[in-house]
Amino acid sequence: MVVAASMIPYFLSFDLPKQIVNGPIQGTGFEVEGATQTFMRIQYTLPYFGKVMFFKGLQLTRFEMLMALSLVFLLLVVINGLFKLYINTYKGRLGERMLRRIRFELIDRVLRFPPSQFKRVKSAEIATMIKDEVEPMGGFTGDAFVQPALLGGQAITALVFIILQNFWLGMIAAGIVAVQGVVIPRMRKRLLELGRQRQLTARELSGRVGEIVDGIGTIHGNDTSNYERADIAARLGLIFSIRYDLYQWKFLVKFINNFLAQITPFLFYSIGGVLALQGRLDIGQLVAVINAYKDLPGPLKELIDWDQSRQDVQVKYAQVVEQFNVDMLVDPHIQAVVREPVGKLEHSLNAVNLTLSDDSGARLVEHVSLEIKLGETVAIVGASGGGGEAMAEAFGRLIWPDSGRITIDGTDILELPESITGRRIAYAASDAYFFHGTLRDNLLYGLKHAPLTKVEYDGTKAAKYKWNINEARLAGNPDLDLNSDWVDYQSAGVTGPQDLFSVVRPVLEAVMISQDIVDLALRSQVDTATHSDLTGRIVELRQALRKTLQDENLDGLVVPFEPKVYNPQATIGENLLFGTVKRPMMTNLRLAAHPYFRSILRESGLNVDLYKMGLEIAANAIELFEDLPPDHPFFQQLTFMTADDIPAYQLLLQKLQGRDFDAASPDERSNIIRLSFAYIEPRHRFGLLTDELMAKIVEARLRFHKNLPDDLKAVIERYDPKKFITSANLMDNVLFGRIGYAQADGPDRIRVILRNLFDELGLYDSVLSIGLDFDVGSGGKRITNVQRQKLNVARALLKRSDYVIFNRPLPALDQRVQDQITRNIMQDLHEEGHAPAIIWVLANSSLANLFDRVLVFDRGTLVEDGTHATLLEKNGIFKELVS
Amino acid sequence: MLLKDEVEMLRRIPLFSGVAPAKLKLLAFTSDRVSYRADQALFRQGDMGDAAYVILSGTAEVSVDTPNGQIKVAEVEHDSIVGEIAILCDVLRTATVTASTPLEALRISKEHFLKLLSDYPEMTIEIMRVLASRLSHTTAELSEERSKH
Repeated sequence: MVVAASMIPYFLSFDLPKQIVNGPIQGTGFEVEGATQTFMRIQYTLPYFGKVMFFKGLQLTRFEMLMALSLVFLLLVVINGLFKLYINTYKGRLGERMLRRIRFELIDRVLRFPPSQFKRVKSAEIATMIKDEVEPMGGFTGDAFVQPALLGGQAITALVFIILQNFWLGMIAAGIVAVQGVVIPRMRKRLLELGRQRQLTARELSGRVGEIVDGIGTIHGNDTSNYERADIAARLGLIFSIRYDLYQWKFLVKFINNFLAQITPFLFYSIGGVLALQGRLDIGQLVAVINAYKDLPGPLKELIDWDQSRQDVQVKYAQVVEQFNVDMLVDPHIQAVVREPVGKLEHSLNAVNLTLSDDSGARLVEHVSLEIKLGETVAIVGASGGGGEAMAEAFGRLIWPDSGRITIDGTDILELPESITGRRIAYAASDAYFFHGTLRDNLLYGLKHAPLTKVEYDGTKAAKYKWNINEARLAGNPDLDLNSDWVDYQSAGVTGPQDLFSVVRPVLEAVMISQDIVDLALRSQVDTATHSDLTGRIVELRQALRKTLQDENLDGLVVPFEPKVYNPQATIGENLLFGTVKRPMMTNLRLAAHPYFRSILRESGLNVDLYKMGLEIAANAIELFEDLPPDHPFFQQLTFMTADDIPAYQLLLQKLQGRDFDAASPDERSNIIRLSFAYIEPRHRFGLLTDELMAKIVEARLRFHKNLPDDLKAVIERYDPKKFITSANLMDNVLFGRIGYAQADGPDRIRVILRNLFDELGLYDSVLSIGLDFDVGSGGKRITNVQRQKLNVARALLKRSDYVIFNRPLPALDQRVQDQITRNIMQDLHEEGHAPAIIWVLANSSLANLFDRVLVFDRGTLVEDGTHATLLEKNGIFKELVS
Repeated sequence: MLLKDEVEMLRRIPLFSGVAPAKLKLLAFTSDRVSYRADQALFRQGDMGDAAYVILSGTAEVSVDTPNGQIKVAEVEHDSIVGEIAILCDVLRTATVTASTPLEALRISKEHFLKLLSDYPEMTIEIMRVLASRLSHTTAELSEERSKH
């Protein structure tokens, strides 16, 4: 409609130049001086009414007429522009919505793929399809109908106008247009084929890049990086040849297209000129024709381009659809959002005549029927590959049965909504996946089923939120609020975030990971805003630690920082600074170069003392280490220089030894002084620190902090016994001092003491909470495999499901620890009130006595089933396994 | 105590008497100085062995776990080395060593100790001598025990 309406001013703007040239400029109708013409008379002949005059019009002189017509022309230009603006914005929005819809639709499909599909596709290929390959579709959607209508309309308008002016000139233009319209698309067929190949090869490339990133360990481990390079180079070569071919064709087509477009004006000038000379065409008409023709190739070219991209998008669409059109997609209602709590399951879990096989068709489990009752604990034992693992995977819905089914109350678990199976059944195997985020996010991941709280937005945020929701609906996206609290506290057995740790902590203890998390917390910097419960009590903590150390007669273990005392266990640099620098705004090197810091050193005379000391340190280090090869393990002990520095310091020492401070250049001085900043007497034991020097350093420290300039104040945090140091980690904050070097196993003992201390003061949960802030990195790679497997088990336990399936979940751990964790879970956790049915595929058959019932699988069949005691009596496979 | 005093003490230990003072200084520098209170364990039987200890001052008691409880088998004092068996042959600690007085020791990590042995054959020979004499001592005790029954 709008497009059609926009054609009227477009047509009028062609006609106007003719009127301007023929009328006021050439003087047609104005032959007499002072003659006037009617302007804007609106008069139509209507049936039944005869002539109807809507507007009588104005009588204007030649000059006034010229101005009036020119202004009308300007008005038409503006109207045309506004139409264009509106149409472009409209189609842009339409396209973006469509893109959003397509992308969402594809990801939605990925979420509903059957498990077997993921064995065949590469994640990077899917990502590039969703991100890059559908992008032109979105852009094209806007153009799909508007563009041909607009451009076609424009081209036809121009053509009609030309024909009206002069039939033959019009025919010439139409003829050339027809040639363009037929020849060019044919030539472009090949372009489309090349485009399709380009798309496929680019997708494969991103798949390979993803493989290289994921398999980097294997590549390094086998020295195959050059094989990968060759593979990538070959692919890039292929892509290059396709793209180069594409360019050659593209520009050839362009050349022909341009040539055809340019030949028409040539015909107009020559034929039209002859017609004008013969008087069969007035000059105004010719100008108007040429003017109108100027507007013809543009839309025409774009129309041909449009056709090209239509075919291109069609090919791409077909390609993508082919990848995402998968059989056996999970039905959408199975994944419907359920905000209400899901009730406990009240029926047993049945496997009915279940047969499972792997991708190659080999049978993993054959015709197994069994029933797991509510609250029953079942151990599955047998050789690995015997069918137990496959059975567990089937219970976890990771493999779908070939025949037979798994049911609860007669319904196949594959047909039950995931709101039941995903909440009331928990599954953990060894291949734990961790999402990028904090430990907390990952630990509570199993509780995030639906947005449970309604977030109230106010002011501009509310408007923005409303707009977002509206747009999401228009693009067919769900309107679930990510900012809502998704954690289902109720099903975890608590009332909210405040008492979450009452269930988290026992679980973390059971999987033996709470120590790791406390250690993570001790090593991390604490956000004082979110953890004020701990940081606000830092003074109390420090005092409690001092008292504990005194009570246990361990005074020497930690040497505390005191504003007016030298701390021998800390470096000289630290004693001078008596604080921490806020990285990355400030570094030690930049501080050392700061004029204020330098002036303090100079005024106190410490620069000379530290310089002399640095020379001694260099001399000692060189004496000790000069003969050793650079890769000798002893270099680990050399904290203030590296093996590579030795020759440079050797030269420096030869030059400077026995000479004055003044003889050294500023650079040499700072290189030497740098050494003494890292010196710790009890550690390095060179005997260089005198009482006098220590007093001098403390004095310089006080002076340094007294007149600290503002730029340094902002980046240096002074040690204050009454304040939490935000730029230091939790350990340093609580110790507020240094562990003595001569203390045997100091750090280990301190960790034990701190752990007890946190517990006594009721801060253990806060510390765990700080540890859970740790960012696990991409795929959880920043924590160890052992930690991931433990957390995976913890995650499954936190869900408090009715059936918990453990499929050899902890192979990365020592057997002893695995056994201990199994015992913890089976004995302590299981007796603490919530008693789910547990199905555990055991790596160690001797633990089977912890379970009510034992299933023995051998070569895909269930060979023995009974209690631990009865199976032992039976003298069958189980007895063999245990002995 | 400073590095040079430690070197003096190391030289008095037969094991290191043949090693050049400069190397002893390096050994001292790369080792940790640790102090123990009375009754504090240097290491326990069954732990992984990760270091040997040169006792600089004080005395310590060597004991082993038996079915009948812990039995004291020896006493070591300054200038002796303990804990070297576990790091030489990768076995768990064969005995528990506990300080009986306040004790100062030099803790030589397994990696450094082995490196030292490969760098200085004279030390290796000395270690062999010490081990062999301990073995003959033990054998003598064993045969004495046997002949009693």
